[in-house]
Amino acid sequence: MTQSSDATGAAPNTLRRFSRAERWTHRTLGILTGLLLITAALLYIPDLSAIAGNRTLLRNIHVYSGFALPIPIIVACFFVAFRLDAGRLNRFTRDDWTWLRSRDRRSGRIPVGKFNAGQKLNASFTLGTVIVMFLTGVIMYGWLGDTWRTGATFVHDWLALIIAIMVGGHMWMAYSDPVARLGMRTGSVPTSWAKREHGQWADEETESAVSEK
Amino acid sequence: MDCSRDPTSFSGANVIQWDRSLQPPAVISSSSDQAAMTLLFSVSRNEVAPRAEVLSHSVMTDIGPGTATKGTPVGRRVVLGIVGLGVVGIGVGRQLSEGISNTVGSVAPGLASVIPATGGFRIYTVTNGYPEMPVADYRLTVNGLVDRELTLTFDDLGALPQTGITADFQCVTGWRVNDVPWSGVLLSDLLREAGVKDSARALRFLSFDGVYTESLTLEQSLTPDVLVATSMWGKPITREHGGPVRLYVVPMYGYKSLKWLSGIELGSTVIPGYWEQRGYDIDAWVGESNGRNDDPIV
Repeated sequence: MTQSSDATGAAPNTLRRFSRAERWTHRTLGILTGLLLITAALLYIPDLSAIAGNRTLLRNIHVYSGFALPIPIIVACFFVAFRLDAGRLNRFTRDDWTWLRSRDRRSGRIPVGKFNAGQKLNASFTLGTVIVMFLTGVIMYGWLGDTWRTGATFVHDWLALIIAIMVGGHMWMAYSDPVARLGMRTGSVPTSWAKREHGQWADEETESAVSEK
Repeated sequence: MDCSRDPTSFSGANVIQWDRSLQPPAVISSSSDQAAMTLLFSVSRNEVAPRAEVLSHSVMTDIGPGTATKGTPVGRRVVLGIVGLGVVGIGVGRQLSEGISNTVGSVAPGLASVIPATGGFRIYTVTNGYPEMPVADYRLTVNGLVDRELTLTFDDLGALPQTGITADFQCVTGWRVNDVPWSGVLLSDLLREAGVKDSARALRFLSFDGVYTESLTLEQSLTPDVLVATSMWGKPITREHGGPVRLYVVPMYGYKSLKWLSGIELGSTVIPGYWEQRGYDIDAWVGESNGRNDDPIV
């Protein structure tokens, strides 16, 4: 199973989906988010707090994971592949709106690009919430005094609940699609999967791969 | 927080739809992985040039090539929108949480404690966990400049005159819980039992967590605003709220209401407590200390 099939002009068996930098960014953000959500639950829910104890340690893990959260995103911006994908996630085409509104969006009738509209919205939501959680977290930490602390706490608490639900949804989607997980784990996906799930992207990639031979 | 425990409840929503396939993963050998890396570089190089052929795959063929390849920057708008909402939320969050708190409190008391940031207590502790004390083992000592040193059990406290106080609990970090019913023994009643010596000027409170301490002047202690509380919301005080016995100082910020009370020492000078050694005011009147302007507790 090599790329020798390309010599005959056929499409490659696998397509590169995520670069090493992107996968490390995802992994780091995932670990930090996990730490934040777990420590948040242990600090916030009294019943869990009583069982867990170790408040100082949990608080420090939460605070420093939070401070670290923007770092992988900033570092990733130095990598071309990440910037290209960020550009893709940013842009909505007419097809994206049609896909989002259609009832049969899973059928592949409307071929989607590298990311479908749901993934685009989730990415934007994630970036927006990281910024807001960081900002409110810094206010809660106390450097800026107590004036805005109640408001910041209100936003931080409610958004944490929404994020927990969104992360749960994200993990559920990933759980349901082993190939999507494979793509994030190894960086590559089978072309057959790409054609089915991201038809437009698969066509672009296979055409460019063949045309370069 | 209940819904967060059930992430599957979200899976039906349309907000995010992740790639879904029931096909088993294809095996990718290391050689193909290497080949894929080669492919990656070709992809990266190729990406720089705009591609108009994308249009040919578009269902909407009536739109221009620019629209199909570029699209509108919805992502950026979503990000800015969320950040904008967040900033507005910081500004109005205090009024909003008080509003929700009052509404929820009147409609369904108790619900507020499970809705985020709407008037529930936020639990703090100065040690690594919540200290635990079986009611049977509980002892409260009153000593120092007193006529009779006391060692009281939980039942002894129950045998003293009982007083109920319903008032707000205001934290120095900003949250406030409205109309919390407390009951227990007024500190002034307890001090009458012990007999205060003329030389006494101040009280020091100790917690069985071994770290938390607090202080009051004798004058403050003798007002009918200071309760040695044994019940909260009509029930025994729970461990995280400072049970079985805690202090409740009505007109002062929450840190004065020492949790897990185990000792009261009468002395000649005020010894700053745990939070006061960390910069908070010793006389912690709500709305008139710590640089805050909260409504006073009435």
